[in-house]
Amino acid sequence: MPYRTLKQIRLDLQLIADLIKDDSRVLDLGCGTGDLLLKLVNEKNVRGHGVEIDVKNILSCVEKGVPVIQADMDAWLGDYPDNSFDYVILSQTLQAVKKPHIILNEMLRVGQTGIVSLLNFGYWKVRSQLFLSGKMPRTKTLPYEWYNTPNIHLTTIKDFKSLCDKQNITVKRQINLTQSRKGGFLVNLRPNFFANLAIFIIENKH
Amino acid sequence: MDKDSVGIVETKYFTFAEPPNEMLLESGEKLGPVTIAYETYGELNFSADNAILITHALSGDAHVAGFHSKNDRKGGWWDFMVGPGRPFDTNKYFVICSNVIGGCKGSTGPTSVNPKTGKPYNLSFPVVTIGDMVKAQKELVLHLGVKKLLTVVGGSMGGMQVLEWAIKYPDMVATALPVATTSRLNAQGIAFDEVGRQAIYADAHWQKGNYSENELVPAQGLSVARMLAHITYLSEESMHEKFGRRLREKERYGFDFSTDFEVESYLRYQGESFIKRFDANTYLYITKAMDYFDLCRDFGSLENAFKDVRAKFLVLSFSSDWLFPTAHSKEIVRALMVNRKDVTFCEIPSPYGHDAFLLRNEYMEKMVTDFLFYAYD
Repeated sequence: MPYRTLKQIRLDLQLIADLIKDDSRVLDLGCGTGDLLLKLVNEKNVRGHGVEIDVKNILSCVEKGVPVIQADMDAWLGDYPDNSFDYVILSQTLQAVKKPHIILNEMLRVGQTGIVSLLNFGYWKVRSQLFLSGKMPRTKTLPYEWYNTPNIHLTTIKDFKSLCDKQNITVKRQINLTQSRKGGFLVNLRPNFFANLAIFIIENKH
Repeated sequence: MDKDSVGIVETKYFTFAEPPNEMLLESGEKLGPVTIAYETYGELNFSADNAILITHALSGDAHVAGFHSKNDRKGGWWDFMVGPGRPFDTNKYFVICSNVIGGCKGSTGPTSVNPKTGKPYNLSFPVVTIGDMVKAQKELVLHLGVKKLLTVVGGSMGGMQVLEWAIKYPDMVATALPVATTSRLNAQGIAFDEVGRQAIYADAHWQKGNYSENELVPAQGLSVARMLAHITYLSEESMHEKFGRRLREKERYGFDFSTDFEVESYLRYQGESFIKRFDANTYLYITKAMDYFDLCRDFGSLENAFKDVRAKFLVLSFSSDWLFPTAHSKEIVRALMVNRKDVTFCEIPSPYGHDAFLLRNEYMEKMVTDFLFYAYD
């Protein structure tokens, strides 16, 4: 049976939800099972929808009453008119899109503010796996083998920020996480080494 | 009969537009009186907000669910979708289905007797459009005491009616559920319809439409039209799975022109069973209505067409449907999205081609159930 409320939600999604203002229009790219949108609709009276490619996830969204469009975001995003949304969210998905740099620009064309959460390939555990074993790293959040991974554009926090710079995008805020917790002093001092995940609020440079 | 069947049902009739208050058609012609054959299932609740209108496809009718008698072997055309505990749950919802005008299943159409002449209309029946069908349905819905429909739902030509409803009567439609449909047929779709019509014209018994039921009817032409159309409802994969190159009750080729292949036998059977339940002139009218349907032409653009809709949409297509392909559904979704309407879209995986919407499918059944849950909540 359908259900409306959800108790547990991934920490990065919780933190993203906290960043969204009430009554805003939100587009969630790669919305998965719709947990974030459900929370935003219930708690912040947000309007908007998700874009998702996997049919099983679409089913979960419909089960929650979350509007969702089944599409490949690489192809679909171009159809939105400029400035359709207050926020465009891309959570733990950038590494799986075909053209990350184009997606970022498109996000900020169709929305005022972009929110990107990123799995950091510069995280020390990832680095040490490659360094010590000489094999492609596998982690809890990146569990695939190199040959069957959907994550075709893995990146580090540093790489992401230099791409933003190149694309004329400013990072308004950065939240660093490690082991599913908000990062402390050390993590914020050297996020590219100590954070396994980061959330960025991005906007176009004016 | 399953315990979640609606059981024995009967077709009812509603007549309106008695002269001189005839119904004005899109063509500018007038039609009246107009009778609509319909069936209902479940009960309309006190606040009259639990009504669902199901619209049918080319060869459908008002009999969407249940059985007309104990001896019926098959239920209505979407029986598995309508009943207690089924997606269109008759314990919760009041379900209406009617035969379109221009049809031959009880509603006023070319086989009806023209009261002015005392003879069947045949080709003197005015050409009706999808818009006219919906306009007539609106009269029925109001007659049944429903001011706002919880959902309008239908597949293929039924989906065209769903779009028309949401656009023409935005205040009467809370949610819209177009399935395996399009905002306009492409050239290929019109082409198939035209070949079907040509098959009927070519039948000597057609006599420019002036056959009558007790004489010889253009059965051969209608049968060929149906055989052709039936191919467009299947997919290459499903035909391969179902028939392959298997021979019909023989081990080797006949080296004659009798039936060799299973697929030939199947199509002939489809054609022959169709002529028992459908009328050739009606086939001409309904395919014409589908060909004329074009929201872009009516409104300048598809975005414009959906500008004032108020319904929430669930748009569904099927992966192997090449007659009403996913791209057509996505055009509808795009136009709704550009207008900032509430829309959900899913391409349901199925190997069964366009016909998939008439077959059981757990994705479709679950999504429809859940979507309605929130619509009615």
